Amino acid sequence: MTAAIAPLPAEVTTRDAHYNFGYLDESTKRMLRRALLKAVAIPGYQVPFGSREMPLPYGWGTGGIQVTAAIIGRQDVLKVIDQGSDDTTNAINIRRFFGRVTGVRTTERTAEASIIQTRHRVPETPLREGQTMVFQVPIPEPLRWLEPSETETRTMHALAEYGAMHVKLYEDIARHGHIATTYDYPVIVNQRYMMRPSPIPKFDNPKLDRNPALMLFGAGREKRVYAVPPYTSVKSLDFADHPFTVEKWSSCCAQCGATDSYLDEIITDNAGTRMFVCSDTEYCADRQAQQTIKAAEATEAAEAAEAADPAAGGVR
Amino acid sequence: MSQAQQAEHAQTLIEVRGLGKMFTLHNQGGIRLPVLQSVDFEAARGECLVLSGRSGTGKSTLLRCLYGNYLATKGSIRLRDTSAEGAPWVELTNAPEQRVLRLRRDVIGYVSQFLRAIPRVGALDVVAEPLQQRGVDRNVARARAAALLERLNLPRRLWELPPATFSGGEQQRVNIARGLIGGHPILLLDEPTASLDADNRAVVIALIREALAEGRCLIGIFHDEAVRDAVATRLLPLQPATAIA
Amino acid sequence: MSATPLLSVRGLTRTWDGVHGCHDVSFDLYPGEVLCIVGESGSGKSTLLQALSMQAPAQRGTVSYDMCESGLTDLATLSSARLRLLARTDWGFVHQHARDGLRMQVSAGANIAERLMAVGQRHYGELREIAGAWLEKMEIDLARLDDTPHAFSGGMQQRLQIARNLVTHPRLVFMDEPTASLDVSVQARLLDLLRRLVSDLDLAAILVTHDLAVARLLAHRTLVMQGGRVVEQGLTDQILDDPQHPYTQLLVSSILQG
Repeated sequence: MTAAIAPLPAEVTTRDAHYNFGYLDESTKRMLRRALLKAVAIPGYQVPFGSREMPLPYGWGTGGIQVTAAIIGRQDVLKVIDQGSDDTTNAINIRRFFGRVTGVRTTERTAEASIIQTRHRVPETPLREGQTMVFQVPIPEPLRWLEPSETETRTMHALAEYGAMHVKLYEDIARHGHIATTYDYPVIVNQRYMMRPSPIPKFDNPKLDRNPALMLFGAGREKRVYAVPPYTSVKSLDFADHPFTVEKWSSCCAQCGATDSYLDEIITDNAGTRMFVCSDTEYCADRQAQQTIKAAEATEAAEAAEAADPAAGGVR
Repeated sequence: MSQAQQAEHAQTLIEVRGLGKMFTLHNQGGIRLPVLQSVDFEAARGECLVLSGRSGTGKSTLLRCLYGNYLATKGSIRLRDTSAEGAPWVELTNAPEQRVLRLRRDVIGYVSQFLRAIPRVGALDVVAEPLQQRGVDRNVARARAAALLERLNLPRRLWELPPATFSGGEQQRVNIARGLIGGHPILLLDEPTASLDADNRAVVIALIREALAEGRCLIGIFHDEAVRDAVATRLLPLQPATAIA
Repeated sequence: MSATPLLSVRGLTRTWDGVHGCHDVSFDLYPGEVLCIVGESGSGKSTLLQALSMQAPAQRGTVSYDMCESGLTDLATLSSARLRLLARTDWGFVHQHARDGLRMQVSAGANIAERLMAVGQRHYGELREIAGAWLEKMEIDLARLDDTPHAFSGGMQQRLQIARNLVTHPRLVFMDEPTASLDVSVQARLLDLLRRLVSDLDLAAILVTHDLAVARLLAHRTLVMQGGRVVEQGLTDQILDDPQHPYTQLLVSSILQG
């Protein structure tokens, strides 16, 4: 029997009564939710919203925080990751912020969370219906590199004039022999709108396609939200003769042995020795825990077998 | 019209009635220069009509009016549009521009005194162009151009060079070749042999005779009497215009 | 002879202050024809071109275009989406300054291939091949395919702009003083190229210029504009050799004879 993994202690903080629930006032949350409804109704379409002053500067996730603040309720369980990890400074700060202004239970376990706010990664653990991903977005407009005018890019979206985006891919292939974009890789949502999936590695793009969870994207400085509803098609741009591919590594995770997750490269000494570990710390820790349990079970079973039949030569 | 007259009329390709041309120079106090007055004639297949008269009697002007390069101020110029079904008569003086362009392409050609040199286009291609405009394959057009230039004794080394730097006689031969190559039923020639030596004049005379034998109608100005006598089937004398009509 | 004009303009008037611009312009343009609009500064010729290409709205008059699917259509009845698509596929617009008609920060190949990508072409190898063929047609060395236009001379940039416009085989090309910004020696080369392209590709073109020599070389027909109105129109050689209107006579007599 597999021993149940003891749940990690959920952080439950007492809500600071000086702030409204979720920090934002109710009108603002309603405004945001209306914008988010529009976004969900038109998958991939950028909806403008009245971005508020948040207690951290632009560029630190104010968009994602506002989206989370607008939808979070007392029954929710919140997970916050940054670059796949729950324990980086930003992730901790944001999690602590929400603990303080909502008192809502927080967790590091992907499977337990109802809302997952993220910067730069999608968790390895597959999401399920009823979960919501909130992405922090710096620049929402995929055509901004090519066209500085907002009026023009809005017209291009309205008329689905997306040929110019392929110009970027063409340039990559002309310059580097392959499409060099490896993160924030442009996609077409629901066969209609072009979208930037935020600076997640292209490795995570396939996870967005027909995901059972709701994906919300918030850009605070640029004042836009957009959404990908559950089970919506998300296709990465490519050429017929240069199809979209994801990153591959020559080794597996040094800690858990995973071959299917996004690996970070870590330099371990001054001689340049490197090892690869899962970027998703929770996923990796979970796998390690499973392996420890399996190993313990195997040892138990072997000991039991030996106890039952001492004559059988065993490893002792 | 009797049958004989009808048959003859069918051969007539150009008919001019009461043609007048008056120039108004607005920037010189609006002075008016009458050049052509009451010009009447017809020309038919196989005819070489030579315009005669002193300098200043409007011979060049008449040719330019027939080509639509100058606008007639009075009268009528009718051409048979041989490229159209039934070869109908077309009034040139009020024809839409598009029609005139098509007539120039298929019916009436012009060999001017001076070649307007197009920069960077070689002589062979200048000559081949009228055929190419009609849809003839480029290589076929160039081959026919080469044959003509050969006959006109234009040295091969000049064929790929733009004619802007050619001598007067060389330019004129390019002009003649370009005018003849299209096979236009009506051909207007303005002093085609002025800069040519005796040998080349003879070639041009031969070419003109061949054109006439093919049933083309030529109207030309030739100051050289010998050439005129060799090719003319009829003279049309022009009187200086007098009346400011 | 095509029975239907490619572009039909009636009573077109566009002014930006009620007075300056173009007034009551009418003409027809047939396939494969080149029409030149000549005039000096302030004649209204550029405004006319803007109105013809539907880049600026007209106060009065109509511009009708022979659409592939629906025949001669009043362009004012088209949606902006349809009009933009038309401008990107069946039309071209060559600006006086190449940088206004190019993406300066992407390669020559990308510049040429963009219109094809915009209409759904998705094979990199083929796009590159087509772009390369056009580059050579414009007499630019194929090795420059991956260079950005910054590295090109003015004449090359202009030729690149033209290639970018022609890649979708438009039937009508608008050109606003295409040679005015170039050195004289470079102009001749560009004009020669334009001449051949018009003939080889059976292009119709409307060309705005103040240079009568350009009209003589390229245009079948010419419109002369003064003070916002067309004072004379006709075959180019007739306009230049037998000008009727006082202004046209003045223009023609002002050409310096070499």
